[in-house]
Amino acid sequence: MKKVKGFWIYVVLSVVIYGVVQLLINGGILNPFYANTLIFIGINIILAVSLHLVIGITGQFSIGHAGFLAVGAYISAIITMKFQLPFPLALLAGGIVAALAGLLVGIPSLRLKGDYLAIATLGFGEIIRIVFLNIDYVGGASGMQVTHLTTWTYTFICLFITITVITNFTNSRHGRACISVRENEIAADAMGINTTYYKVVAFALGSFFAGIAGGLFAHNFYIIQPGNFGFLKSFDILIFVVLGGLGSLSGSVIAAILLTVVSTFLQDYPETRMIIYSVVLVLVMLYRPQGLMGTREVTDLFGKWKGPKGGNSYGK
Amino acid sequence: MEWIQQLINGISLGSIYALIALGYTMVYGIIKLINFAHGDVFMIGAFVGFYAIAGWGLGFFPALLLAMAVCAVFGVLIERIAYKRLRNATRIAALITAIGVSLLIEYGFIYVRGAQAAAYPDVLANKKYDLFGIQVSSQSLLILVVSIVLMIILHFVVHRTKIGKAMRAVSHDMEAAQLMGINVNTTISATFAIGSALAGAAGVFFGVYYTKIEPLMGVIPGVKAFVAAVLGGIGIIPGAMVGGLVLGVVETIVSALGFSQWRDAAAFIILILILLFRPSGIFGKNAREKV
Repeated sequence: MKKVKGFWIYVVLSVVIYGVVQLLINGGILNPFYANTLIFIGINIILAVSLHLVIGITGQFSIGHAGFLAVGAYISAIITMKFQLPFPLALLAGGIVAALAGLLVGIPSLRLKGDYLAIATLGFGEIIRIVFLNIDYVGGASGMQVTHLTTWTYTFICLFITITVITNFTNSRHGRACISVRENEIAADAMGINTTYYKVVAFALGSFFAGIAGGLFAHNFYIIQPGNFGFLKSFDILIFVVLGGLGSLSGSVIAAILLTVVSTFLQDYPETRMIIYSVVLVLVMLYRPQGLMGTREVTDLFGKWKGPKGGNSYGK
Repeated sequence: MEWIQQLINGISLGSIYALIALGYTMVYGIIKLINFAHGDVFMIGAFVGFYAIAGWGLGFFPALLLAMAVCAVFGVLIERIAYKRLRNATRIAALITAIGVSLLIEYGFIYVRGAQAAAYPDVLANKKYDLFGIQVSSQSLLILVVSIVLMIILHFVVHRTKIGKAMRAVSHDMEAAQLMGINVNTTISATFAIGSALAGAAGVFFGVYYTKIEPLMGVIPGVKAFVAAVLGGIGIIPGAMVGGLVLGVVETIVSALGFSQWRDAAAFIILILILLFRPSGIFGKNAREKV
């Protein structure tokens, strides 16, 4: 009963946030710059939460997430620009193809562990980028023109679906299986959990939402280029999850909001932005390796209802 | 004949990769850390060489030695400041720190110097030798010879000196080595110093060979050198040399076949294949996982 009530509070809260922002945009109180920043924050939250599922919940260290973002961006752009099909369909297709790419990458590479998995995903991310670089159909290195279709409504709906699905997944039997894989893979295996299956499922689900974010991303900027999806983009997403706390969904949301705002203000000083990012990353790892929130959630502070509980420790 | 020429180019490129890969493999062997910042040490080496040659008018060999010395100090500083306290942290925390340090060096350097590329001065007269119809440039020969000399010195240090013995002991079992009275901190610092010096030398070679250097030049060669280290079997010194040479030759062949756009992908495809089919590398032994 309590859980259901919590869910409705969450739904009402989301509708209120959406409505207020939409009113502000419609009323012209928020200028296009701020509206765009809000959309960008939404996209980054989707990315952060999707990577949170892979790294924070399942404990599989992937640093090639931008590759799936690229798949989603290009597939959705092809669907709207080359086939003239509607935008929601393009988003969905981008997500599905990214999930397939996630399966394709995940099934072989998730046999690896730790550093090796990180490097393999980095390699796959780069391969995806180089593939797009060499396909003339999508414009090669000069990129692809995309019309601006992303609105606050689309972003918010996608964001809402992402958070709902990942929260429910985390709280389900499957989510607990993923957490057990993170905590101790051998023990989970011994308890009869099909660890490979859960790792691949989490990876594919994460890739799906990264693909959706890619669709929004592509239609928010007027052009997409393979250079947008390099290692640095993966790193941008990684830092949201690490700073927010490995295993904390609300932590990665907060970090995504915080860092997007910071980087928007530092847009004209890209070097300063990267210096701040890297210093933050090193300092967090040296002095607070569990990140801002650890594995706790914002909802724990209120005690009203159980949030997406990501376990109590991160592999300790 | 053209193929033999490509092979020689590939070996020159490969020896640069091998020099970088040695640093990766030594550091990984001793503290199980993928030192992402290693590619940036390589970049610093290239720039030190550049300023030494273009600014102070030093010759090739003094510049090479200077770059190696500066990089050795730099590598030790990185280890002391960032990695030392993470020795007991999780591997993932160490990896994230290494990524952070790498980006900090790159963008810190851009902040100080600017992102523009620099043209390496012509420090070595580039003569073409004609050996039985094969054109061999004196530069690639020199790079090859100096790399081989450096690797022989490294082999000597690791196998014939006290510090080398300490390194092998620490990489085998850090705690047991400590109990035997080996100063682990000094040994790890020495490993970083040697690995970084080799990366610095590779940086100078890279500058001389490709004549263009920039602050982000270390990223791709760094990752590729890591691929080379994995290919040869990470933690194994001869493995890094062979892995580097193989990777250099494969890349040159891929370019020569007309797929130069796919050159970078080739390295990653090799990496993934090796991780999937023989994760311990060419020279590695299969270690069974214990619970």
